[in-house]
Amino acid sequence: MSATNGKLKKVSIIISKGSLEGVYPGLIMANGARMEGIEVNVFFTFFGLETVMKKRMDKIKVATVGNPAMHIPSLVGILPGMSSFATSQMMKEMDKLDIPPVSEFVEMIHDAGANMYACKATVDMFHLTMDDFCEQVEEVINVGKFYELAAGGQIIFT
Amino acid sequence: MATKTYAGKTIEVNEEGFLVNHEDWTEEMAPMLAEQVGIYELTDEHWKVIRFMRSDFIERGQIPTVRRLKNTGGIPTKDLYRLFPNGPAKKAAMIAGLGKPQGCV
Repeated sequence: MSATNGKLKKVSIIISKGSLEGVYPGLIMANGARMEGIEVNVFFTFFGLETVMKKRMDKIKVATVGNPAMHIPSLVGILPGMSSFATSQMMKEMDKLDIPPVSEFVEMIHDAGANMYACKATVDMFHLTMDDFCEQVEEVINVGKFYELAAGGQIIFT
Repeated sequence: MATKTYAGKTIEVNEEGFLVNHEDWTEEMAPMLAEQVGIYELTDEHWKVIRFMRSDFIERGQIPTVRRLKNTGGIPTKDLYRLFPNGPAKKAAMIAGLGKPQGCV
């Protein structure tokens, strides 16, 4: 059972998007779950895999085009540097709340006891190897293995 | 508001057992508060966390996050989870006589 006495025991979180707003909610949910003593698996798939790629993890940006909630007209959003500028502004605000940069956050969540996995289909599609990932990634697994690991818990897709 | 008696002193606590006023806290209460969260022995390592939490709270008016405990308090996240299993920030705050942490990280 995933819940005993109304308390969640395990969550498996899928991070599938590679933008700042795609990555952070899943990481915050994972970290928050460990802080509540909930067992956590994090499965990175598609562009979400950039969260755990050594060369990409600290270059993740917020989308300034096609993102109405940013309230930046698309024509302005395409200007060179706009995405970097918006990202650095957001990161500053996040830092004030003690929300760390991606690499530090991944390390913290792993140190907190969460298990981290990369999706096999994506790894094959982008011709990646374990060397592309930070050390916190335990294994490249397929969907079947993901469901085995997630058994008895809740699954959150982001 | 409920009251509890720890180390001979009756104090106000909220419905989850957190102290209402951090000034009510004394070091003698810590082992009894720890028992409430399933920790039956407070080692020097536990005390390092408790003392940092209190001094940081008194200085800044905010309960330190796990990240602040790591970066400013010098307490590695792995150690924090080992010392206060299944809910380190909440348990450490409870033992240190502080309120329930309200942040998301």
